[in-house]
Amino acid sequence: MTEQDIPSAYLRDKRTPPPSREELRARIPGWGADLDPADRPSSPKLQYPADSGAHWDFPDRQPGSAGREHSIEHAFVTPVFGTAQPLHGLSGAIRRLAYARFSEGRLAHWVLLVLGDRVDAWGSHLRSFGTLHPDDPITETGVRAELTAGGTARRGRSDRRHQVLDPVLVAGPWVAAGAGMVLGARRVARALRG
Amino acid sequence: MRAMTYRGPYKLRVEEKDRPRIEHPNDAIVRVQLAAICGSDLHLYHGLMPDTRIGHTFGHEFIGVVDEIGPSVQHLQVGDRVMVPFNVFCGSCWYCARGLYSNCHNVNPNATAVGGIYGYSHTTGGYDGGQAEYVRVPFADVGPVRIPEWMHDEDAVLLTDAAATGYFGAQLGEIVEGDTVVVLGAGPVGLIAAQSSWLMGAGRVIVIDHLQERLDKARTTAHAEVWDYDEIDDVVLEMKRQTDFLGADVVIDAVGAEADGNLLMHVTGTKLKLQGGSPVALNWAIDGVRKGGTISVVGAYGPVPNMVKFGDAMNKGLTLRMNQTPVKRQWPRMFEHVRNGHLTPREVVTHRFPLEDIAEAYHVFSAKLDGCIKPLIVPSAS
Ligand SMILES: NC(=O)c1ccc[n+]([C@@H]2O[C@H](COP(=O)([O-])OP(=O)(O)OC[C@H]3O[C@@H](n4cnc5c(N)ncnc54)[C@H](O)[C@@H]3O)[C@@H](O)[C@H]2O)c1
Ligand SMILES: [Zn+2]
Ligand SMILES: [Zn+2]
Repeated sequence: MTEQDIPSAYLRDKRTPPPSREELRARIPGWGADLDPADRPSSPKLQYPADSGAHWDFPDRQPGSAGREHSIEHAFVTPVFGTAQPLHGLSGAIRRLAYARFSEGRLAHWVLLVLGDRVDAWGSHLRSFGTLHPDDPITETGVRAELTAGGTARRGRSDRRHQVLDPVLVAGPWVAAGAGMVLGARRVARALRG
Repeated sequence: MRAMTYRGPYKLRVEEKDRPRIEHPNDAIVRVQLAAICGSDLHLYHGLMPDTRIGHTFGHEFIGVVDEIGPSVQHLQVGDRVMVPFNVFCGSCWYCARGLYSNCHNVNPNATAVGGIYGYSHTTGGYDGGQAEYVRVPFADVGPVRIPEWMHDEDAVLLTDAAATGYFGAQLGEIVEGDTVVVLGAGPVGLIAAQSSWLMGAGRVIVIDHLQERLDKARTTAHAEVWDYDEIDDVVLEMKRQTDFLGADVVIDAVGAEADGNLLMHVTGTKLKLQGGSPVALNWAIDGVRKGGTISVVGAYGPVPNMVKFGDAMNKGLTLRMNQTPVKRQWPRMFEHVRNGHLTPREVVTHRFPLEDIAEAYHVFSAKLDGCIKPLIVPSAS
């Protein structure tokens, strides 16, 4: 290897210079408009807005915070909070435990929340079958778009890998639950016969 | 009102829900005119975000008309057309006082490790989102901004998150003139990050993905070099080869938790949820950037630990910068860039679905059907 062939990482200053400012400006609209960090809104990271729009030192407290779950890393339920889907049932008890007992620094906090999610999902599926609006895996997964793509001309699928993985993941639990039900029914039938 | 509701991983439907009401004196109720589905919504849709409750309405990118205001609202009036940053934030806590709007401490009781976000599970505060006819907007005097007359609605809705995040991502890279910038991911966020990197003076911009239509978009709208990682045996090695064995000066991770490109990581991180998402892109960034270089992470990850190659990051002396985007801070400067045509958010929009077809919209975006890059949602009442 001659000196000329040595890549620039091994030498003080051999990097190929980038195209000139003129070239870049001609090719790319707005090139360099924010070259000066002073023009970049998030530089530096900490900035003290003169007027954020807030006209309070501490916001009014939203009513209804009593009993609402909160991270134990918070001193209290924050003055404003979401009121969608309050805790309920078994999934609610699991989630409440996650919040009441474990800080966000503990894996148990998150594992319990994930467990709560699965219990919520399966409980809701089962409950939906007792309503006029049962869960429908065809309409709710949107797979009809495989045929229509929302009515637009279908240009096909560019992500081949997920073609294999996703259906297994989506249909898998339903197939497993179905198989479980069939096995259970057989066992019951056998018990009744025997 | 009609609203998208979550029914479990990969499942959702449109339901009749109560119209949201004023719950705090500084609330507004906004009638949604245009909403979008974000790459982040896919993390919820795929069941990756803990405490995503059945019945939750997603949607943190939306614009609309102020329909009702609480008694303490001073800066907005009924009838104003507004764009709403995806962050719920108070404007007055320790963090907001320092411009860290995405890290507000007064709006998310459920967690301190993330701020408030519309329609993004209870882990970000339990607010129903904007993929619906109406949405509750807390701190109406702080977040929303009237849409300028000249601005196209599709630019406005992208500015509420995806475009602002791309622009923010490029800033986190601390780009100096002539830098070689690699953007991982050619979704809406990555595409705007690539455009923005030029504004900050990059000398070379490379976008990596494996979806052809997105790479084409990166070439045409972001003037970038494009690499298809399915065609490259070893992405990290290629980054070294192409930079004379240095590595890129800056790498921007615009992929996040659902990164593909390594089956083990993808399956354990994204499919089996044994990690807080798949760290493939982040690890490519760590190994592909040059020593002393900067990594900007705007791709989102879950709260569960990930298998990140932290030792390499330490030994290489890297700077890692990241955050959820403080959106409103980006706006004044971004409005100029959009007006001048330096940033063109709406060029990434490929699909428009009525709210009633939102299950299909999610499937098309998630499964990458029909060349979808960015789907918008149009509620019926608009
Ligand atoms: N920081 C924030 O405030 C913020 C805001 C919006 C979005 N996000 C996050 O940014 C990320 C991108 O959002 P988006 O809307 O563009 O999503 P998207 O899903 O449309 O795009 C992600 C792209 O990454 C590609 N990809 C997958 N694995 C890759 C790999 N290993 N290398 C390179 N590319 C890979 C995919 O093919 C896809 O095109 C998401 O994680 C989203 O949650 C963060
Ligand atoms: Zn988003
Ligand atoms: Zn705040």
